[in-house]
Amino acid sequence: MTAGWQQTLRRPALMERSRIMQAIRRYFDGGGFLEVETPLRIPAPAPESHIDAVPSGDWFLQTSPELCMKRLLASGYERLFQICRCWRDGERGRLHIPEFTMLEWYRAGGDYTDLMADCEGLIRSAAACVGKRSFLVVNGAEIALDLPWERLSVREAFLRHAGCTMEEALSADTFDELMVTAIEPHLGMETPTLLCDYPAKRAALASLKAADPTVAERFELYIAGIELANGFSELTDAVEQKRRFDEEETFRRSQGRIPYPEPARFLEALPSMPPSAGIALGLDRLVMVLLDAASIDAVVAFTPEEL
Amino acid sequence: MYTVADLKKGLKITLDGDPYVVIAFDFTKPGKGQALYRTKMRNMITGVILDRTYRSGETFETASLEDRKMQFLYKEDDHFVFMDNQNYEQYRMSEEAVGDAKNYLIDNLPVDILIFKDKAIGVDLPNFVQLKVIETLPWVKGDTSGSDSKPATVETGYILRVPPFIEEGETIVIDTRSGEYSTRVKG
Repeated sequence: MTAGWQQTLRRPALMERSRIMQAIRRYFDGGGFLEVETPLRIPAPAPESHIDAVPSGDWFLQTSPELCMKRLLASGYERLFQICRCWRDGERGRLHIPEFTMLEWYRAGGDYTDLMADCEGLIRSAAACVGKRSFLVVNGAEIALDLPWERLSVREAFLRHAGCTMEEALSADTFDELMVTAIEPHLGMETPTLLCDYPAKRAALASLKAADPTVAERFELYIAGIELANGFSELTDAVEQKRRFDEEETFRRSQGRIPYPEPARFLEALPSMPPSAGIALGLDRLVMVLLDAASIDAVVAFTPEEL
Repeated sequence: MYTVADLKKGLKITLDGDPYVVIAFDFTKPGKGQALYRTKMRNMITGVILDRTYRSGETFETASLEDRKMQFLYKEDDHFVFMDNQNYEQYRMSEEAVGDAKNYLIDNLPVDILIFKDKAIGVDLPNFVQLKVIETLPWVKGDTSGSDSKPATVETGYILRVPPFIEEGETIVIDTRSGEYSTRVKG
């Protein structure tokens, strides 16, 4: 085997990847979004129960650009997007790579339904730039892009595919397991699916739904059973956010994970943040789905194992 | 001892007291949820395939398997008897556990036997074995039927396709990985 053999094989995928990134930038430019770059190395990541940051000196490599981008929103920026590297320790699988590319965007004044519309527009134009206008074929399934995309609540998804209610799964601590084994394989198989209204216990940094505070205004985008994006109407209540951070950090420490300092400056800025919506989309996975690649490995220049 | 994050294809572990080999493995994580490991494992004794999902932190015992050099002695009823080349100890295996290997087992054939808890659970054959043809149709010169192979029965009772020129009493080489004729042994 000659040096660089894997890299040579990936040339067609990397060329398409470059085209997709250009289409994404054109899409946001056309929508009046400002492209920003925030620091990749930060003193305090957002505490999340199941996401581990990679330490870098006394600081951390970001797990997402979320906190810095929200501080920009609080400073008066209204439409922002960023394409950047993120790191999540220990995440390696067919759909996971510990250093990956995230696309995040934020809309002041919008809510999660605006982000759902963004997803439709963005992914249609990214698909079109690689010659896929009305449908995608992913692992043999034909997924229509030009029909209305399915919007399915988490509650309905559990009833339909898991044989129990969302609440039962939460109290039996089988929510994640049923999501992976029973629900995800059915999502986004005919059209992309916008899986929405996560239980309040899984709200993360999302605001609760006024009409039904048992759920949060949070959604995930699925195509061919693959989760591509997580978006929500942002929580702007700093007291509630601090309470949730404390809860997540207490859980993290109870699991023996490395402690994070509190993201104090973010919490200070939060009351100045207007009602907003923001979303993170895994760009490597989007490329994978658009190119019908079998694994994330096929669409990155180097895997960690090749370094 | 392995944690679930150490699992990979081909790894052998003990589960519910039986040895299993990992045949598929993937790390997954639902949005904001906990890490889950999806595995497919084959029971090395029964062949049953298990689909299991584990959470991070789960641990597994290593399967203490051992390969021992043995030779096939004889078949007795529905059991096959092997002898350890080092200590002459004898091991019996059921026809079911021997599986397709029975097609190639002739007296004194050297094999690797997989041992779990002092029990023989698997046969690893040489890639090529030599067996005598005991029954096949004669080669008719000038045969115009156009067929380029014919069935032959070898001394173990196994039937395979061989080239038309192979005659009864000849010894042939069979590739045990495919079960197919490889070449003829010139005697």
